[in-house]
Amino acid sequence: MKARAFDYVRPQTVGDALRVFDDAGGDAAYIAGGQSLVPALALRLQAPAVLIDIARLEELHGISLEDGWLRIGAATRHVEILTSDLVARHAPLLAKAAPFVAHPAIRNKGTFGGSLALADPASEFPAMALALDADIEIASTEGDRRVAAEDFFLGLYETALQPGEMIRAVRVPIATASSRCAFDELSRRRGDYALVGCGVNVQLAESRVDSVRIAFLSVGSMPMRATTAESALVGHPLTRDQIRVAQDALARDLDPPGDEHVPAEMRLHLARVLLGRLLGGLDTAA
Amino acid sequence: MTAKMAISLTVNGEEVETLVATRTTLADFLRQDLQLTGTHTGCEMGACGACLVLVDDRPVHACLMFAVQAEGAVVETVEGLTMRRAISDLQSAFHERNALQCGFCTPGMLVSAYGILAAGALPSREEIRDALSGNYCRCTGYEAIVDAIEQTARLRHEQEEQA
Repeated sequence: MKARAFDYVRPQTVGDALRVFDDAGGDAAYIAGGQSLVPALALRLQAPAVLIDIARLEELHGISLEDGWLRIGAATRHVEILTSDLVARHAPLLAKAAPFVAHPAIRNKGTFGGSLALADPASEFPAMALALDADIEIASTEGDRRVAAEDFFLGLYETALQPGEMIRAVRVPIATASSRCAFDELSRRRGDYALVGCGVNVQLAESRVDSVRIAFLSVGSMPMRATTAESALVGHPLTRDQIRVAQDALARDLDPPGDEHVPAEMRLHLARVLLGRLLGGLDTAA
Repeated sequence: MTAKMAISLTVNGEEVETLVATRTTLADFLRQDLQLTGTHTGCEMGACGACLVLVDDRPVHACLMFAVQAEGAVVETVEGLTMRRAISDLQSAFHERNALQCGFCTPGMLVSAYGILAAGALPSREEIRDALSGNYCRCTGYEAIVDAIEQTARLRHEQEEQA
């Protein structure tokens, strides 16, 4: 299939892009990397009258440190996340998840902001935004607003973005000397969508868990935090027994869907296995 | 709505200025407007990797972008890489190792391989497989394809050490 005909506009500023969307009466779509949007257009799942290209907007680019946050422009490509020294140092969980995002050619074009805006429950970066307690900067004709990742993901491909709004940047609290993180996912073949994926983001205090955020992908209609498992760890050292308690708690956090290939119980089992491996592999030395 | 837009870009070293319908993908533009049919269209949804081309020296799917998005870009197809002899050692290795059967996936494999080798380091077989995870070969010739890329990487590495 081929995309329906559309008008193509390449505005010079975010403000202009927002106005073009408004002027189109909402019958428009922003395109940055386009790695999910172009197939959706080809399949006619979407058929906007106007395509607004925001990939080259300077305002949406750049990775910088700002007041304890790592600020990542929405149009930052996955490959830049993968290779950025700033990301590796200050948001290592993103650097660890990046090699699992799609394939090299997709990573050369797809954008960080685009991945969050799409909110595919099988995607790595939305779940890691949750694990990192990131803030999403949203631009609209009414002005900018900030939404915590917690309040951003609302359901299957559903986010707090209103029609016409655009992600401008994502702010990630920077890692400290007491931060520990890990990411992994299980899939049948290399590069396949994960059967289940998980990121853990731990703050230690004297070899005990001071705080922890655990987020899963591919376990439901949206990225999911495992808050019961998190609570089970706070205040404790990461011993094998304590990790077992957190693993068991997952049954209360996750209610994954099942199908003929991956029954629900198998997915939950894999989530337990993955969490155990990730927590068990953390370096808890002070 | 169906009006064409003017674009200018560089394809295989040549300046191209032309009109193109906004909904035309870069893959269709290369194949139909420029007759560069080395870029193959398989799945047309970014899964098979047969349409990979270099845009500003990075492998991307030509089916996952519209030609109008390539305004001002430097595009190189398997024909361009062949003409400037950037992959002749890879092509010889593919031939010697029998790394193609029907050949449909080969242009995409070569562009992926170009990207792997351009990184400079000597990749392991695991790394080569990982980098090829977005390239389908339905003749299931992966083993030979990895062989060919590995052999080329090693030869280039040895040549660099001698130089």
